Amino acid sequence: MQEKVLMKGNEAIAEAAILAGCRHYLGYPITPQTEVAAYMAKKMPKIGGTFIQAESEIAAINMVYGVAATGKRAMTSSSSPGIALKCEGISYLAGSDLPALIVNVQRGGPGLGGIQPSQSDYFLATRGPGHGDFHVLVFAPASVQEMADLTVRAFDLAEKYRMPAMLLADGTMGQMMEPVVLPEPCGESAHDKSWAVTGTGCKRRHNIVNSLYLSPAELERLNVERFERYKKIEQDECMWEEFMMDDAEICIVSCGITARVARNAIVEARKQGIKVGMLRPITLWPFPKQALYQAAQKVRRFLCVELNMGQMKEDVELAIRCQKPVDLCFRVGGMIPSPEEVLSYIKKANEGGNL
Amino acid sequence: MADFEIVIAGFGGQGLLFAGKVLAYAGLVEGRQLSWLPSYGPEMRGGTANCNVILSDNPVGSPIVEHPNVLMVMNNPSLDKYENAVQPGGTVFVDSTLIGRKLMRTDVEAVYIPATQMAIDMGVPTLANMILLGAIIEKTGCIDFGSVEAALHKVIPARKANLFDVNMQALNAGREFKA
Repeated sequence: MQEKVLMKGNEAIAEAAILAGCRHYLGYPITPQTEVAAYMAKKMPKIGGTFIQAESEIAAINMVYGVAATGKRAMTSSSSPGIALKCEGISYLAGSDLPALIVNVQRGGPGLGGIQPSQSDYFLATRGPGHGDFHVLVFAPASVQEMADLTVRAFDLAEKYRMPAMLLADGTMGQMMEPVVLPEPCGESAHDKSWAVTGTGCKRRHNIVNSLYLSPAELERLNVERFERYKKIEQDECMWEEFMMDDAEICIVSCGITARVARNAIVEARKQGIKVGMLRPITLWPFPKQALYQAAQKVRRFLCVELNMGQMKEDVELAIRCQKPVDLCFRVGGMIPSPEEVLSYIKKANEGGNL
Repeated sequence: MADFEIVIAGFGGQGLLFAGKVLAYAGLVEGRQLSWLPSYGPEMRGGTANCNVILSDNPVGSPIVEHPNVLMVMNNPSLDKYENAVQPGGTVFVDSTLIGRKLMRTDVEAVYIPATQMAIDMGVPTLANMILLGAIIEKTGCIDFGSVEAALHKVIPARKANLFDVNMQALNAGREFKA
């Protein structure tokens, strides 16, 4: 096992990607994710990899498309406004069934917004970031350890299902340092790459990577097939963590940095005799609907804690089919709720009144 | 051991994030649970900067320190900003060269150290941060001094290894400081 080291979340993503065999990073700097690019710029040339600071985010994501078409592990990273620019390219990746990793260390929006932490790209990430019918795998790390572990998992599942994956972090997770045990280096991916464009050597028909289908019937078939795959992913790949849920009457749903804040609030509320727990989605797509539906059979209320105006709350209400009230504690614009603030919402929820 | 929730604040360029890093690495050496969170933004030398460090024996929840029990301040605006946030019974370490006023609160302990002047007198004007850190370690016992020494080896890059000794001198000056 690797020894425990101290790293920033952004650096842990970069190092984990390298350990996962990624040798091609194409990006463009933006706060608060620039350490990912800086780390890659330093490291990639030393290990025979490619670091390119592209002329724009759009150029970077299209370079990712090029690398991905050859079956090699490729990644890009950015923060919210830059991710918005990449959406066209992400749609093309999805339409061409290409695996790739896109890291989004979110900051406040809309527009240029600010540079402080946010979770306001939840809709953008989970509804399919780009035009057309598609999804990307979305992972929401809540520790530097998960920044590393989920990077490896994202690469793996992206290849397994031939689709883009997004690591959806926030400025706090990117900037903070925590002890982390880095993953073991992975060898060559075990997943089928027979689709990759690698040169035929005149021994086989050439592969074509493409997202243009002018026959409506063919395009319909591909869309439907893709959604069959998505159905299987929703069954098999949901990740979540439960905290103090055994006897909980109130269930907090929160991911990333706000889940960390909520954890403090839960510990304090428990001291005051309030039965509250947390279900923390780790994959945001697929969303752990089943787990939430089951929780809804036991708890009285839900409380979403988010750095947006209640984007995940909609998914919670859908998952539990509005069987129980869902309250919302939010801060936006780069603000983060304090544990005291979350605790006050827990207390109100416990009294059962409307917030 | 009790949790230490530490805020280190002052001007950019005073080595505040570095001082926090030394503490965090010392925590790593001791196998403690910990987090280190810097302020980030359009900051520059002369602007305000701070970092939050949590050292604990339990998993760290929020890395954001709302109510520090240890506060180290190296400019007036930081004392103004954080004085009321300190937990009752907490300790505030003030660089009294740079901060003219005393604390208003009486339910926290204040330690005044002319760290910047001491650093200038020692010929290491940029190491006031380490003098204050030495005082924090001595007074609060938040970390074992031996771990700090090991941490310094990790934090100081190999190409700057010659800076190890002066950092140690500054830390020791802080440890031995008597008001």
